[in-house]
Amino acid sequence: MTTKKTLLVIGNGMVGQHFLTSLVASSIKDDYEIVTFCEEPRAAYDRVHLSEFFSGKSAEELSLVEPGFFEQHGIVIHLGDKAETIDRQAKTVVSAKGVTIHYDKLVLATGSYPFVPPVPGHERPGCLVYRTIEDLEAMAAAAKTGKIGTVVGGGLLGLEAAKALVDLGLKTHVVEFAPRLMAVQLDEAGGAMLRQKIEELGLIVHTGKNTSLITDGEQCVNKMCFADGEELETDIVLFSAGIRPRDELARNCGLEVGQRGGIVIDNQCRTSDQSIYAIGECALWNGMIYGLVAPGYSMARTVVADLAGDLASFTGADMSTKLKLMGVDVASIGDAHAKTQGAKVYSYQNGDNQIYKRLVVSQDKKQLLGAVLVGDASGYSTLLQYCLNGIELPENPDALILPHRSDESVGLGVDALPASAQICSCYAVTKGAVCSAIEAGFTSLGALKAETKAATGCGGCSALLKSVMDCELAKQGFEVNTHLCEHFAYTRQDLYNLIMVDQIRTFAELLEKYGKGNGCEICKPTVGNILASYWNDYILEQPHLGLQDTNDTFLANMQKDGTYSVVPRIPGGEISPDMLIAIGQVGKKYKLYTKITGGQRVDLFGARVDQLPPIWKELIDAGFESGHAYGKSLRTVKSCVGSSWCRYGVDDSVGLAIELENRYKGLRSPHKIKFAVSGCTRECAEAQSKDVGIIATENGWNLYVCGNGGMKPRHADLFATGLDKETLIRYIDRFLTFYVRTADRLQRTSVWMENMEGGLDYLKSVVIEDKLGLCNQLEQQMLQVIDTYQCEWKTTIEDESKLKRFRHFINSDQTDDKVIFVEERGQLRPADDDERKHFKLVEVA
Amino acid sequence: MAEWQDVCGIADLQTNSGVCALVDGQQVAIFFLLPAQTCYAISNFDPFGNANVLSRGLIGDINGQPVVVSPLYKHHFNLQTGVCLEDDSIKIPVYPIRLNQTRVEVNVREAP
Ligand code: SRM
Ligand SMILES: Cc1cc2nc3c(=O)[nH]c(=O)nc-3n(C[C@H](O)[C@H](O)[C@H](O)COP(=O)(O)OP(=O)(O)OC[C@H]3O[C@@H](n4cnc5c(N)ncnc54)[C@H](O)[C@@H]3O)c2cc1C
Ligand code: SF4
Ligand code: FES
Repeated sequence: MTTKKTLLVIGNGMVGQHFLTSLVASSIKDDYEIVTFCEEPRAAYDRVHLSEFFSGKSAEELSLVEPGFFEQHGIVIHLGDKAETIDRQAKTVVSAKGVTIHYDKLVLATGSYPFVPPVPGHERPGCLVYRTIEDLEAMAAAAKTGKIGTVVGGGLLGLEAAKALVDLGLKTHVVEFAPRLMAVQLDEAGGAMLRQKIEELGLIVHTGKNTSLITDGEQCVNKMCFADGEELETDIVLFSAGIRPRDELARNCGLEVGQRGGIVIDNQCRTSDQSIYAIGECALWNGMIYGLVAPGYSMARTVVADLAGDLASFTGADMSTKLKLMGVDVASIGDAHAKTQGAKVYSYQNGDNQIYKRLVVSQDKKQLLGAVLVGDASGYSTLLQYCLNGIELPENPDALILPHRSDESVGLGVDALPASAQICSCYAVTKGAVCSAIEAGFTSLGALKAETKAATGCGGCSALLKSVMDCELAKQGFEVNTHLCEHFAYTRQDLYNLIMVDQIRTFAELLEKYGKGNGCEICKPTVGNILASYWNDYILEQPHLGLQDTNDTFLANMQKDGTYSVVPRIPGGEISPDMLIAIGQVGKKYKLYTKITGGQRVDLFGARVDQLPPIWKELIDAGFESGHAYGKSLRTVKSCVGSSWCRYGVDDSVGLAIELENRYKGLRSPHKIKFAVSGCTRECAEAQSKDVGIIATENGWNLYVCGNGGMKPRHADLFATGLDKETLIRYIDRFLTFYVRTADRLQRTSVWMENMEGGLDYLKSVVIEDKLGLCNQLEQQMLQVIDTYQCEWKTTIEDESKLKRFRHFINSDQTDDKVIFVEERGQLRPADDDERKHFKLVEVA
Repeated sequence: MAEWQDVCGIADLQTNSGVCALVDGQQVAIFFLLPAQTCYAISNFDPFGNANVLSRGLIGDINGQPVVVSPLYKHHFNLQTGVCLEDDSIKIPVYPIRLNQTRVEVNVREAP
């Protein structure tokens, strides 16, 4: 026999569900038999993101209930059943379907309903509201036959509903009674700026309009008549004129309700009956109905605490909001209307960029009271923190909204926030809580969100959460999560070893054994790259094809307009006039933009995907090979002219460069690898800025490693001196294989070596002294790569089935009409946006 | 208003990768996932890069949602909804697609 008390929750909306999840996570979860009535046909879903239903989110995706939640916690849910009456004497509730429940404690979470002004005709066909999934389905159905839609109400919700109408393809009007949009959150100038912006997006806004009648239309289903005599034909009339608390149950059983509706509650969210609580949009606290989730959630948590006998109070909530309306950033904080006594106002208006910002500060200019941001809400988090935490303002508060064109930062460093600062208002998560979660090991954004719930509500705080996380991680010197991605809880090095030890040959096999999900753009190319380094199979072979980045898939580098560049290998930079002519002919024939690269070869740009095979066929026939400019692989081995011609040359730098390039061409590696060979210490090939650099001396070759140019240039370190060619090559074989096996993804040799415990000395001990006893293996592995080399382009053009892919359309020979060139300095380049409109365009054969 | 149009054979698709088809004048990127035999059809146009390249992006899943990653600036697009993961105010068209025996059919009239 159960001795448990019964807790009944009426309404399984956002707040009702938050109450249930908080309850089952609390210490009192086993004290109650929990029952809930849910009037809607489905359990709680995310109303805040309701509009995403139109952008393709399904009802399941909007659900707020984890699968199996009710069963797992033994909660009885009566779906599609509405509670009809409460008998407070007998402590029972009877539902529409006739279910009677006796309760010990009752929680009312009945939410609100959209207010429909009692205009004559408001029940006509096409007159709709926007609150439930069923409402949305009705809208979508009405939109199929209609052309014009009108939203009554230009508040936050009304504008969101208008966006939905626009997305449904309707010509959309917004009719607002007040003289401006979002009258609650914005001041006049802010409202005007917002109006201008959304009108540019095609919405038609009517303010100061009072609808007096809805009747038969002539061209449309409905006609709206306004008090000023004007009329508007429309198929859909969508009412979004505010919400009204659903307090009828409470009213009928004699609970105290407010004059304008709402179930009166105290600081513990108790109604006038001590056994009954009310939370969410049906509750009236201190004369206020809160139409946002965050306050409702905080009421829900208050009730759980109260039931558990803990001290907890709901003492009001912050109503600041930030949102994107039809792509326009809008935010409102605190006392936006400067109603506080003595408040001072600063505003900034940029008519050109359509940005409006307003600050409301206290009389002594020390505290931020409120703010309005339209067109650029990037300062929202900072301003909100000033406002909520009473942080003292800088001397010139207007600096917070003036555009800063220099590098100086006027933002509030997250470091300056106190631990009590609230980061997420939806889930009441403080900076302190975020920091503890980070300390407890939740060190990725995803993990942190799951653990603290921060940024999982309206999402407005996600940028702030990320800054706090980054700042804390940096401060605590935390080790960052080294998992490759959500699909593999391993590092690249781990995966390499697994592939090697288990002799795994495909991504599918590795995923099945060691991963989860389907993979992503991080793990697929990484694994594809490891497999290629280790097995050296043809990368367009079926199981590997889907792993490659676009550039590898098409064996060419994609340019900004979707065309490709072609880079044939020119080992060591040495090229005969005939070969140069051959390249020139190909460039000319296909009208390719031609340029000498920084890597001593020639790049041909602007090839359409269908042109790649014929271009390569001609190049291969002329004796060229793929230059692997697209791959994480060996790029170029630059050379200086060396002893054959140069009066200072000590050794044949060109000869060595060519030999090395041919030896390592095709080797896939964690990042690209570049070499150079100079014929004397004057260093004309810039070998000391390469991953592998070699300089000839009287005593033999000097080997330098781990240099690079690029974003963070690093000079290479001298690794060994006075080497004969055989030893030099042996060292390079070992060095490269060790790098391929142990580096992280996209880690150049410099970063790899610097992160290695023991650094350069350790590397020397492995490669030169064979400290790990690996050298033989490392060399063997390199030999296997060298032995299995193939020119990927040659293999590709010889295989009919692979060529199928090199077409823009699978079902047509047409080409991409977005690819348009113009001429500059006698060659072609992609047209820019302006030119696409104004200039004469060059046709390419 | 179901207007299914025959586009190509299943054999013309690229396993676990994409191709582009011209359907009714529109560029449609089609992805084909094995072993589940799932197909997705979305617009080929990358609104960030301003180029018709999405069929050439890598596909995968992020938090359980199937995505394609644009080859240009690496934006992720949900293959079922077209919504961009980096900026959910951007949504590209998605099209109903089905396999009819050995043929692939797309409906570009009825983008949801
Ligand atoms: C074509 C070329 C510029 C030129 O016209 O000269 C070039 C072009 C590109 N470079 Fe480079 N780099 C070129 C020489 C260089 C050099 C100079 C050199 O190799 O001596 C450097 C500095 C040296 C170095 O890498 O250490 C260089 C440092 C980079 C970097 C920065 C690497 C770094 O570690 O910081 C990137 C970005 C990356 O790889 O992540 C990059 C990336 C790129 C990409 C792949 C950018 C992209 O994603 O589109 C460009 C593609 C070219 C294409 O479509 O063909 N490129 N790039 C040069 C091709 C050389 C070749 O023949 O293969
Ligand atoms: C389109 C839209 C966008 C929004 N955007 C935001 C936003 O960006 N930020 C924000 O903070 N808020 C937003 N809101 C408001 C937010 O959705 C509400 O604050 C929140 O849903 C309130 O939760 P609730 O549980 O009180 O009410 P509801 O979620 O409405 O849940 C109440 C539930 O109780 C049921 N019910 C009522 N009476 C009974 C009964 N007698 N028996 C059984 N069941 C009953 C109802 O059917 C309903 O399912 C938005 C709302 C909408 C409609
Ligand atoms: S590095 Fe020395 S050998 Fe090479 S070109 Fe320069 S000066 Fe001549
Ligand atoms: S403030 Fe809404 S999710 Fe954090």
